[in-house]
Amino acid sequence: MKKYNLDLITRNCGKIDPYSIDSYIEIGGYDTVRNIFAQDCENIINEIKKSELRGRGGAGFPTGNKIEYVYKANITPKFLVCNADEGEPGNFKDRFLLENDPHQLIEGMIIASHAAGINKGYIYIRGEYNKAIGILEIAIEQARRKGFLGKNICGSGFDFDIEIYSGAGAYVCGEEFALIESIEGKAGRPRNKPPYPVSAGIFNKPTLINNVETLSTIPYIIREGAEKYTSVGTASSKGTRLVSLSGNVNRRGVFEVPFGISVREIIFNLGKGIPHGRRIKMVQLGGASGPCIPPEMIDIRLDYEEFAKNGLSMGAGAVIVIDDRHDILDILRNILVFFKHESCGKCTPCREGNRHILNILDKFITRTATEKDLSTLESILNVMTDTSFCGLGQAAPTAILTALKYFRHQFLLGIYKEFEIRNAV
Amino acid sequence: MLLETINKESRKSENILNALLEYQKSKDTNHISEEELAQLAEELGITESRAYSIITFYSLFSTRPRGKYIIQVCNDVPCYVNGSTNILEELEDYLEIRVGGTTHDGVFSLERTSCLGCCNMSPAIRIGEKVYGSLTKDDIPRIISEYRRKYHEEI
Repeated sequence: MKKYNLDLITRNCGKIDPYSIDSYIEIGGYDTVRNIFAQDCENIINEIKKSELRGRGGAGFPTGNKIEYVYKANITPKFLVCNADEGEPGNFKDRFLLENDPHQLIEGMIIASHAAGINKGYIYIRGEYNKAIGILEIAIEQARRKGFLGKNICGSGFDFDIEIYSGAGAYVCGEEFALIESIEGKAGRPRNKPPYPVSAGIFNKPTLINNVETLSTIPYIIREGAEKYTSVGTASSKGTRLVSLSGNVNRRGVFEVPFGISVREIIFNLGKGIPHGRRIKMVQLGGASGPCIPPEMIDIRLDYEEFAKNGLSMGAGAVIVIDDRHDILDILRNILVFFKHESCGKCTPCREGNRHILNILDKFITRTATEKDLSTLESILNVMTDTSFCGLGQAAPTAILTALKYFRHQFLLGIYKEFEIRNAV
Repeated sequence: MLLETINKESRKSENILNALLEYQKSKDTNHISEEELAQLAEELGITESRAYSIITFYSLFSTRPRGKYIIQVCNDVPCYVNGSTNILEELEDYLEIRVGGTTHDGVFSLERTSCLGCCNMSPAIRIGEKVYGSLTKDDIPRIISEYRRKYHEEI
């Protein structure tokens, strides 16, 4: 039987006590930390590169290369940031990892820091995740007492410690520079790129920023080897990834799946289908900033290349299922309300664009739109995608752009048929 | 010294956000007034304008007094398609306030929030620091009266 649900990085979830470091050590936790210091930094970086691990926060940047950039930067001090500001609607995989296996993340942070020559790490976690914050505080304290954090870790002469930094309710702070501004104690508005955080991040020092899932994968790669990790997945996408399945499905939750699984298999095999025998209207992939696809497309496989070929992005791995009771334009409106609220206001395309899109969308919903509204809408969407300052504004139009492609008739229904009336007279 | 009311660890000036959050949490009205903000800025060694830009940027802060318990209702797509609007309306009816409002007795404030990351138990709400998930309209009276009781016991 084909295996849908793997446990490379979720093997401890639900099996160990997240409040106890001993239950993590018992099953072999922190073993890699004891052995890591005998290894060259370059070896570790090469192993991670060989694993072809890509950032799981959404951008999919090769993790090994990112670590190497920071390793090669000759400015000190350097910083590590674990991005736990999971705010994308439909994503809860990071919360799952934080609440179930905090020590795996800390272990990953120690390995990455040793490889890149970093002595100070932050976990930037959204303020709403207070349960996870509590678990992490205890986990970090326990790791300090066991000598895995602090000065001279395991007698290696390497110092590393972690500080938790809580957000205060701003989706944009998941953007790396907005997050850095927030850690520096300011309003979280993004900065100009380049320079990138790997050369000028926190206090303009080289900063390695990785998602919770990415850092939690590193202990597995170091423990089992890149070869074993890459034996799972497809030619262009190696290993597993966590999928947050939500919306109108019978079984919602976080599943660790191998790359190559189809969206259909996720919804029907792992999610046990749609409640009350209803049908799928659309599926949104990645989260609020991800593409909306029609049910005819759900055989698409989770694979970076296949997604790119279809002009889609995987984002942070959310799969939101919307059944046939719902109206596409109504759902899009809900998404736009979110972006309008979360836009930081720094750049004009995003601040004004979201507002205007919402106004035009309302015309389509009340069936008072004109042909011109359709072309204005498309023009604003393209301007936002091309000219917004950060990823938030660039990705905010994705849902509507893909809906315009796959559900165009829904928009056409919203156009006030003036010519029909004129012809009738 | 206003910051003396919160724990030492959060009081460090490099952790401005946490210090402000902790301070706000220590108050029954869940808000930071302009007068307090001026003094907090001085204690943290930052300008008043910067402190103001912080508390008006992040949605967990408020410059107006709020209730002791803040009810945050998620209405993003995963909750929305599972009926979060019904939950929101039931809360409005039961508490006799609109979103953004505070009950007369100052016990509850009702707010909309962006995704709480609890999509596996949608529709979800958060009261104070506790999350309630997989809700139906019928759950609301029980949950609210629990908090009312708790509030009166504490007084």
